[in-house]
Amino acid sequence: MAEEKRKMVKVYISGELFEVPEGSTIVTAMEYAGFQLKRGVGCREGYCGACATVYREKGDYKLKGGLACQTVVTDGMALTQIPFVPAEKPTYDLDKLSPDVSTFMELFPSVFRCVACNTCTKACPQDIQVMDYVQALIRGDIAKAADLSFDCIRCGLCALRCPAEIVQYNNATLARRLYGKYLSRKSPELEKRLKEISEGKFDQEMDKLKKMGRKELSETYYKREIKIS
Amino acid sequence: MNLPYYPGCTLKANASHFEDSAIKAMEILGHQLVEMKDWVCCGTVFSQTDDDLMLHLASIRNLLRAKEQGFDELVTLCSMCYNTLNRSKAFIDSDPDNLKKVTDFMYRENIEYDQDIQVYHLFNILKDRIKYETIEKLVHNPLKSLRLGAYYGCLLVRPKEFAIDDFEEPTIIEDFLRILGAEAIDYPYKLECCGAYQTLTQKDVSVKRCYEILNSAKKANCDAIVTSCPLCAYNLDFLQKEIEKEYVGFVNIPVFYFTELLALALGHTWEASWSELHAVDPLPLLKDKQLI
Repeated sequence: MAEEKRKMVKVYISGELFEVPEGSTIVTAMEYAGFQLKRGVGCREGYCGACATVYREKGDYKLKGGLACQTVVTDGMALTQIPFVPAEKPTYDLDKLSPDVSTFMELFPSVFRCVACNTCTKACPQDIQVMDYVQALIRGDIAKAADLSFDCIRCGLCALRCPAEIVQYNNATLARRLYGKYLSRKSPELEKRLKEISEGKFDQEMDKLKKMGRKELSETYYKREIKIS
Repeated sequence: MNLPYYPGCTLKANASHFEDSAIKAMEILGHQLVEMKDWVCCGTVFSQTDDDLMLHLASIRNLLRAKEQGFDELVTLCSMCYNTLNRSKAFIDSDPDNLKKVTDFMYRENIEYDQDIQVYHLFNILKDRIKYETIEKLVHNPLKSLRLGAYYGCLLVRPKEFAIDDFEEPTIIEDFLRILGAEAIDYPYKLECCGAYQTLTQKDVSVKRCYEILNSAKKANCDAIVTSCPLCAYNLDFLQKEIEKEYVGFVNIPVFYFTELLALALGHTWEASWSELHAVDPLPLLKDKQLI
């Protein structure tokens, strides 16, 4: 049996000892051990942010965080899986908001509790300067917050670790929405293209694509020409 | 001369006219306020709890990052930032255990905090480094016949270790107003508290405090109040709407940041964007005194 010859490491999953193949990610290690993950797992590519988790490594006092699909287990690791991050998430109508600090005062007053401890930045698996974008929001610099938080995948680890109980990633999402709607440079080409779409310019082509089989669609995709004007 | 500058949050939002007028006035004086990068909130109010070091981290992180950027001093405009940065620094610097804990906690920063950095208020720079006599010579639009009440509030003079002048009888703002050509009026409530953050939870307390301060200045025939604290400016200026309702016959009085008057006296044009951030419109007074 090829699998039995693989080098194994010991991990503690929710306190219970398991032996899993070396090189496994936390997700694959848990599945190898027999856990069926229904929540807290998604794309398995490090992009969706669904599998935020916390773990501790042997001999290290630090409680670490990461994405379970991207973090490789080490011998003696203690780990678990977080199914969901329950976080404050107000509803709002973007059309009625202004891209300044007053919006955050109203919707996310907790962001002003930041004491600049930087715990959020330490927790971020994307290496985002989380505290710096929180601080940018506090001073009303929405554009900077949108820029600094651009790589956020909304895994929620920042909010889970924040001693001031701020929900950083939902603030950042709002910042990027405000930036996109009110602050970014408007594209006249986009308006033109949207008009063309609504007028049905591409309907025929879309119908043709919809009728293609997988092979033909794939070939068409790779043969496509990209025009850059 | 370049002056390393720490703005603080309010100067980027509701008090942007404070920053704008300061930068422009300093340019006329031949100095650049160079904003430090990656600054964070100062921590706002200096925490009186001595066992919660987390509340001092913001201040220390700013000092550390300023040092990393090659600065050995920082200049603030906001009285609150001046007070909080200095007091947190003194608190952390004075205890080796606290210093070690804070340093250990900030392991992700590129350098360690080494205490070797000073925080000044712009008033100290104007008076001691640039010198009032030099500024006086550059006043092109003297604030003649303007009767101004200097308002220190708490944070520029208390506690006495961090007072920018004599903590009981300061004159640094009055002396400044005189060199700008204005008449500096002394009045009994210039060191009283404006009610500070009580304005959020017990507005009536701040309304009463501000009424007493403004009324004291008005009785001494002040045309306007001058401050360097965005929180005091907010309370003294924006609460006048509430004061009018509470105290029949109260007549509004404008509240200026000292840098607006400095810029104006140095010949900079009064900017419409500054007026927009005032609750009590200062334009009628400035027009009446033929300053704009």
